[in-house]
Amino acid sequence: MSAESVIQVTNLRYSYPDGNVALAGVDFQLEPGETVAMLGSNGSGKTTFLLHLLGLVEGQSEGEVIVCGMPVEKRTFAQVHRKIGMLFQDSDDQLFMPTVEEDVAFGPLNMGLAADEVRSRVSEALCEVGMEHVAGRPPYHLSAGEKRRVALAGVLAMNPEIILLDEPSTFLDPPARSSLVEILHSLDQAKIVVTHDLTLARQLASRAVYFEHGKITSEGSIEQVIAAAGWDGERRPPQADR
Amino acid sequence: MDGAADVRTLTFEDWSAGGSRIHLLDARIKLLAALAILLGLAATGWESATAFAGYFFLVAFILVAAGIPLGGSLLRTLIVLPFVAGIAILNLWGGDPSRAVLLLLRSLLSAYTAIALLSTTPFPALLRGLERLGVPPFLLMVLHFVYRYLFLLVDQAQAMMRARRCRAPQPRGRTSLWKASAGALAVLFARSYGRAERIHHAMLARGFQGHFPVLAEASTPQREWLWLVATITLAVAIQLTARFWPI
Repeated sequence: MSAESVIQVTNLRYSYPDGNVALAGVDFQLEPGETVAMLGSNGSGKTTFLLHLLGLVEGQSEGEVIVCGMPVEKRTFAQVHRKIGMLFQDSDDQLFMPTVEEDVAFGPLNMGLAADEVRSRVSEALCEVGMEHVAGRPPYHLSAGEKRRVALAGVLAMNPEIILLDEPSTFLDPPARSSLVEILHSLDQAKIVVTHDLTLARQLASRAVYFEHGKITSEGSIEQVIAAAGWDGERRPPQADR
Repeated sequence: MDGAADVRTLTFEDWSAGGSRIHLLDARIKLLAALAILLGLAATGWESATAFAGYFFLVAFILVAAGIPLGGSLLRTLIVLPFVAGIAILNLWGGDPSRAVLLLLRSLLSAYTAIALLSTTPFPALLRGLERLGVPPFLLMVLHFVYRYLFLLVDQAQAMMRARRCRAPQPRGRTSLWKASAGALAVLFARSYGRAERIHHAMLARGFQGHFPVLAEASTPQREWLWLVATITLAVAIQLTARFWPI
């Protein structure tokens, strides 16, 4: 455990209101500038885990979630959300303002920044993702790849230290995917990338963790985790029935 | 969903993106001007029926000045017909044809006025104008999201209809069709509910505090309000003139 970890999660447990266990004791840490791939089957708890990092989960959780030295709780929401941003799986959930410019400005305006500072951040963020030419357009007229990049600009405009990415390559065609990978490579924020796209994981992450039934059951290099999960396509003896 | 841009647009979106003098006016001025004309229409009865012609030409003039196609805008006024035709017919049967005609004329011209407003003001600017005029922000937030996600809903509904037709090219009967449609509606509602939750998460994650923050707006020059004064004056003049020159 490093004293400088930007994320420190200890024994996180959470059940849905209907009683189903979503997280069954998760321990995790993220170092500054590090990119970690989060692999796991659908329903294994990855997205629920990400939402815990943002404090967006209803109901009682046990355990500790520390982001940039702050425990994630109601009184620290505003500060936590300045430190950690999330790119949601469906960009349409994230682009809700009438124009691209207004959407990217949403975060900085909520932070209470002055109009000049907001405009400058919007401009920088759109340039960083190569979307400055669509500033005045409605977001819903953009392609999937363009929407993804604008959504990322909206997160970058808040100058976070950590970026969470939930299945970032979903719906992207190969050129859009390459473009996104290039942009993500150029960002020096710490990142967690939840993905089924193993090529993306190999391109972006230096280590991986594998979620299974609400716990992290293996971690290590990408190849080690992929092999341990049986996702590398290698023939293995059939497992005993559960 | 694919990599190509979704180019479905409402005609009003294209029309309201124009750059005429009228397009550039503060939305509040246009909202209040439209209200003045609507009040004039409400005040018009058989004793001042020529006012209908006056209001028609006033709105038509505004549309021409803003560069909006007259034919297209007139055609779109017919959208009110399904709603008023029934009541008009009831009045006819009840032996009051003049009331039926009044109802039709008022409705069509009111729709014409609304179309002029929507064609010269982008919807988000309209909502912002309403907010500045004191309309409750919560109501406007609801309208904002309906507008923003309408196309998405329509796309999903169409995708579900296509999927149903693939499995039932010949419906087994009206009941089976209604059952399938009811099920699809329920699923659409559930998906929209889930999306609403995710949108809320995305808003909270970017610091949302209950109201939409706005980038500083340019102040409206005082002289622009003369357009409103002119419209109100004309609306009143049309009404008074019509009362002196009834049919």
